[in-house]
Amino acid sequence: MPRRVAIVGVGHSRFGIRHDVSLAELAWESIKQALDDAGVDQKDIEYVVYANVGVWSSEPLPAVVINEYAGLTPRGTVRVEAACASGSAAIKLGHDIVASGQADVVLVVGVEKMNESPTPIVVELIGRAGNYFWEFQSFGLTFPGYYALYATAYMARYGATEEDLCKVAVKNHYYASMNPKAHFQRRITVEDCMRSRYIAWPLKLYDCSPISDGSAAVILASEEVARKLTDTPVWIKAIGYGSDTSNLSKREDFLSLRAAVEAARMAYRRAGIDPDNPVKYIDVAEVHDCFTIAEVLAYEDLGFARRGEGVKLVREEQTYVGGLIPVNLSGGLKAKGHPIAATGVSMAVELVRQLRQEVERGRQAPIRKGMALAHNVGGTGHYAYVTIYSLEP
Amino acid sequence: MAQDQRKAMEEMIKQVEQFVEEAKRSVGLPIVPDQRTGSALWYDQRELRVRYAISVERLRKFFEGLMEGKLLATRCRGCGTLYFPPQVDCPRCRRSDVEWVELSREGTLLTYTVIYVKPMSFAHYPDYAVGIARLPEGVNVTAWIRETDPRKLRVGMRVRIEIVRRQPENYLTYELVPVEEGEGRG
Repeated sequence: MPRRVAIVGVGHSRFGIRHDVSLAELAWESIKQALDDAGVDQKDIEYVVYANVGVWSSEPLPAVVINEYAGLTPRGTVRVEAACASGSAAIKLGHDIVASGQADVVLVVGVEKMNESPTPIVVELIGRAGNYFWEFQSFGLTFPGYYALYATAYMARYGATEEDLCKVAVKNHYYASMNPKAHFQRRITVEDCMRSRYIAWPLKLYDCSPISDGSAAVILASEEVARKLTDTPVWIKAIGYGSDTSNLSKREDFLSLRAAVEAARMAYRRAGIDPDNPVKYIDVAEVHDCFTIAEVLAYEDLGFARRGEGVKLVREEQTYVGGLIPVNLSGGLKAKGHPIAATGVSMAVELVRQLRQEVERGRQAPIRKGMALAHNVGGTGHYAYVTIYSLEP
Repeated sequence: MAQDQRKAMEEMIKQVEQFVEEAKRSVGLPIVPDQRTGSALWYDQRELRVRYAISVERLRKFFEGLMEGKLLATRCRGCGTLYFPPQVDCPRCRRSDVEWVELSREGTLLTYTVIYVKPMSFAHYPDYAVGIARLPEGVNVTAWIRETDPRKLRVGMRVRIEIVRRQPENYLTYELVPVEEGEGRG
C-alpha cells in the first residue's frame, strides 16, 4: 500500500534574467526558503531530485554542483529530464520515493539558467527538442513554431482569432503584475499584444513565454513526518502522466495535446474527480501556457471547456478570479516566466501557497474545495503531467 | 532581413569578444559587466562546437530515393503499417522486414507557420514557412512550404511535394508547393 505524501515546505526564486547569480546560487535561493518553511535541516533530507534541462548552461552535472553548494552531500541525488515538464517529473519521482517507503523526506528542486547562452542559441536548442533529425535538421522549427502549428490549426477549425489569444496574455500579465517573483511585472493590453512583432506566425512576441532563469523547491514528506512538521501539509492527491510522438507529423490532429488528455484522465480517476465536471472539484489551476494557444488547449484537454470552446472561456474572462475557474494566477509561464525545468516545481509552490491562502492580494483564489491542479507539458505535448494538490489527504 | 539577423548576431558576439579581450588586457580577467544589469559575467574561455555524426545506414534507400527524385516510406511486410518518417523496425509486430514504397506527391495542408525568429543555424535563410501535409495514404509530411506569405496559405489547401536541393548547403530534401487554382492534379 503506497504511503501518502505531503508537501511540507516550499521555496521560489525571483524569475527573470538572473545574471546576478550562478546556477548553484540560484538553486540555493529556493532550497533555503524550502528548508526554512518546512523547519528541517539538510541532514533531515534523505534524497534530492533535481529537474534541470541544462544544455544552455555550463554545468553538465547540476545535481552534484548544487548538492555541494547547498550542504546536501552525501545524500543521494539524481537529475531528471522531461523537457518543460521536468519539474513535475521530478516531483513524481520524489513522490514515489516517499510513497514506496524508501525515504521519509525528499527535496525536489527545479532550476534553470537559460541566459548563460545567447538567445539565438537558446532558440536553437529548444527548437531541436522534438525530433531533431526529421523536424529540425532541414526545417528549422522553433518552439514558437511548433505551437504556431497548433495555433493555425485551432484557429482555422474553431474560428479563434489572434485577438483571442492575446487576451490570454493580457490576463497572465495582469496576475504577474501582482507576483513579485514574476519575470514580467507590467500589465499589457490586447493592442500591445496585437502590435508586437511576429515570432512564428500567427504567434507574436506577446504570445510567447520569455527565456527565464529561476528556481523552485519543495520538500516532500511521508504522512507521519508531515503531521509532526506542519499543521498545513498540502497533499499530493494524484499524479497523471502521458506522452506523445516526437514527430509532430505523427499526431492525429493539431487541436489538442493527447499526452495532456491522457494525464488529466489518469489524475482525475486517481483523485476521484468527475472528468466531465472537474471545475466542481478544483479551486485554482496552473496550466502550461508556454504560448497563449497552449492555455486554450489546456482548458479543453483538462475538461474545463468542451472541444472548440476553450476560446469562449477566454472571451468571457471565465479564468479570472470570480470566473468558472481561475487559471494561472501566478502569471503563468507567459508572464511569471518559464525557466524550463523549474516550471513544474514552481507550479507546485504556487498551488501550495494558494491552498494555504498566503499569496499576494489580488491574485489569491477563494479556497472552498481545497483542491488545486497543475498541468505541466514537456516539449510540444511530448510529455505531460497533471498533478492534483489537496488540503485533504 | 534574414541576412540582417545573422549579421546582427555576429556583430553582437564580436562586440562582446572585443570587450572581453580588452578586459583581459587591462585587468587580467575575462569578466565584463552585463550590458543591461551591470552584473559581472565571466566570459567562457572554452568554446564547444558540436556537430553530430548520425547513422542513416538502415535508411540508405530513403536517401537513394531522393537522388532518384522519389519520396519513400517503409511498409511493414508483416502487418502492413506504413511509416513516414521511414523506420525499419516495426514496433507493432516486432518484425524488421519492410518494403520501401513511393509516396504520392500531392496532399492537403493540415497546418503551417512562418518562422521569423530563427535558430542560430538557420539565421542565414530568409523567413521560411513550415507546414504539415496529409497524404492520401494517411501519413503526414513536415517540410518547408515554398510560399512564405501566410496570407496566401490556408488549412486544407492542396500541396505538391517536390524534391529540391537546399541551398546554400546544397543537399537534397523535399518541399511542399501550393497547387495553383485550376492546376491539374499531377
